[in-house]
Amino acid sequence: MASSSPLGRALAHAPWSPAAWRDTAFIGSGVPLQLAGWAIVCAPWALWVPVDATPIAIFLLAPLFAVLLLVRPATRAHRERLWAMLGADLAELPERPGGPVLGPLRALRSEDLWREVRYHMLTGPLLALGAIAALLCWLGGLALVSLNAYAWALPASSALSLTWHAVRLGVLTALGVVLLLAAPWVAAAVRRLDVRSAGRLLAPDREAELARRVEDLAEKRAEVVDAADLERRRIERDLHDGAQQRLVSLALNLGLARETLTGVPDEAMQVIIEAHEEAKEALTELRDLIRGLHPAVLEDRGLDAALSGIAARVPVQVRLSVRVPERASSTVEAVAYFVVSEALTNVVKHARASVVDVAVVRRGATLHLTIADDGVGGADPAGGTGLTGLARRVRSVDGTFRITSPAGGPTTLTVELPCAL
Amino acid sequence: MRIVIAEDSVLLRAGLIKLLETSGFEVAAAVGEADGLLAAVAAHEPDAAIVDVRMPPGYTDEGVRAALVIRQQWPRVSVLLLSQYVEERYAADLLSAHTSGIGYLLKDRVADVSAFLEALRRVAAGGTALDPEVVSQLLLRRHSDPLERLTPREREVLALMAEGRSNAGIAGALVVSESAVAKHINSIFAKLDLPHAEGDHRRVLAVLRFLDGET
Repeated sequence: MASSSPLGRALAHAPWSPAAWRDTAFIGSGVPLQLAGWAIVCAPWALWVPVDATPIAIFLLAPLFAVLLLVRPATRAHRERLWAMLGADLAELPERPGGPVLGPLRALRSEDLWREVRYHMLTGPLLALGAIAALLCWLGGLALVSLNAYAWALPASSALSLTWHAVRLGVLTALGVVLLLAAPWVAAAVRRLDVRSAGRLLAPDREAELARRVEDLAEKRAEVVDAADLERRRIERDLHDGAQQRLVSLALNLGLARETLTGVPDEAMQVIIEAHEEAKEALTELRDLIRGLHPAVLEDRGLDAALSGIAARVPVQVRLSVRVPERASSTVEAVAYFVVSEALTNVVKHARASVVDVAVVRRGATLHLTIADDGVGGADPAGGTGLTGLARRVRSVDGTFRITSPAGGPTTLTVELPCAL
Repeated sequence: MRIVIAEDSVLLRAGLIKLLETSGFEVAAAVGEADGLLAAVAAHEPDAAIVDVRMPPGYTDEGVRAALVIRQQWPRVSVLLLSQYVEERYAADLLSAHTSGIGYLLKDRVADVSAFLEALRRVAAGGTALDPEVVSQLLLRRHSDPLERLTPREREVLALMAEGRSNAGIAGALVVSESAVAKHINSIFAKLDLPHAEGDHRRVLAVLRFLDGET
């Protein structure tokens, strides 16, 4: 239908084309709704013109109040009209908290409300005028064209007959044809304007909508990150209270058996000894696993204490400097701990370094982490899963992650974390 | 010897009671949280309390704080702390206030029954027992101080001293003679500039120097 050639365009806008009828029906159906606002404001004055101040105030204010209440139902009606007649789906405005009566009153400062009012009281009525013009084109055109037929049907003796007014009627007929040809163009133009202004004024503001969405997503992400952190702590506690205690108890009993049982066959004693040793190894492994999850000392003594714990555990010299006068949120502390712990593991595994400098400094609302080693470098953030996991966890709290690691070293990892989510 | 146990895991509490009773200790009370511990210590004034670091209600460092209170209020009651993992910071808190009658061990160590009982007796007698893991943490952390002048062997000896062992114990652990140990210890005292005056006290000073190396 949407042909670009002049002929195609003319055909698409021919008075008999379905588009012309659809546009006309659409803009026609809008007129009562678009004029309703002013009808409400003006109606009382048409019935009675008061002279006292009080009734005048009431006459001025009551309709305005009514308009405020009716704005949202009218918007909904326009939405339905667009959908039913054009198949255009207008995004729905957010529900106003407070219900249909209190909602609009509480929303007096909301931009949505005033954009709606602008459509219903200003743009809408202008569009209604356009629609009426289009309808007049149709009616006038039809009247003028049929006038010719009417005159033609009259007997020649009549004053209006064709024979007497051939030229004048010819001109009028031509004018009618022009009006009929123009009507679809006017209707299409009004329809386009209506669709555009409804999209702009009756649907959520796209920019505000995006801003809201970003805010919403940020909030949700913070929740997810917190939930993951909480889950990690729960697992840590469960392991601590459950499996770990059981294992200690098992190892204790095996130890007791090993020391106190007498007269046990050598083979049986050998089995007990092996079981005892294995239980102790399992305890060590479990302890390392749990400490990597979320050390309890992080919660009650903060980053400095927890980090000196891991710094002491790695077989490389670590120079640790922590200056965090005010503690960050526990989720962020957990991320910082994880970053240093992973970075140190990486250094031990790959860097062949002799000294690592770890600095954690809080400046304003940002936690700066620097982990620098004097190793062989060549760390590729895209390659190792360790670095990828690290970067992912940093990004999960909106942190930044930078690594410089030329071949030959040294490697410096810089991470910045917001102290609060 | 009378002992009070504070351990929130029922299973482990039962295990400890069994272990102590079969080894000839008397368990005066066994409780599950820090307040109960203080009450039990007040009531029984035992020789030693075996205390879990992480207990209700907070499940963080209740045991460490209770230990400090006990050492403060009942100096004759020794405290042996047990923990799933040892933290240098907790050790520093404990040792900055008291250097005798205190122990800090990984829970795993109870599995090595005789070593554990020996540590318990040492603590109850007013000595110290630090987990080798704490000691190695502390050792790795100390870099820019007089300890750097020590030879690796002397560091080993110092670490064992910090664990609370006697010369004989150190000699046994390193498989050297006691006189060799004594020589190392003298060399450590010299390198750490410790005065000659009171013989035994120097041991504690050396360990203290070792523990607060960086502060």
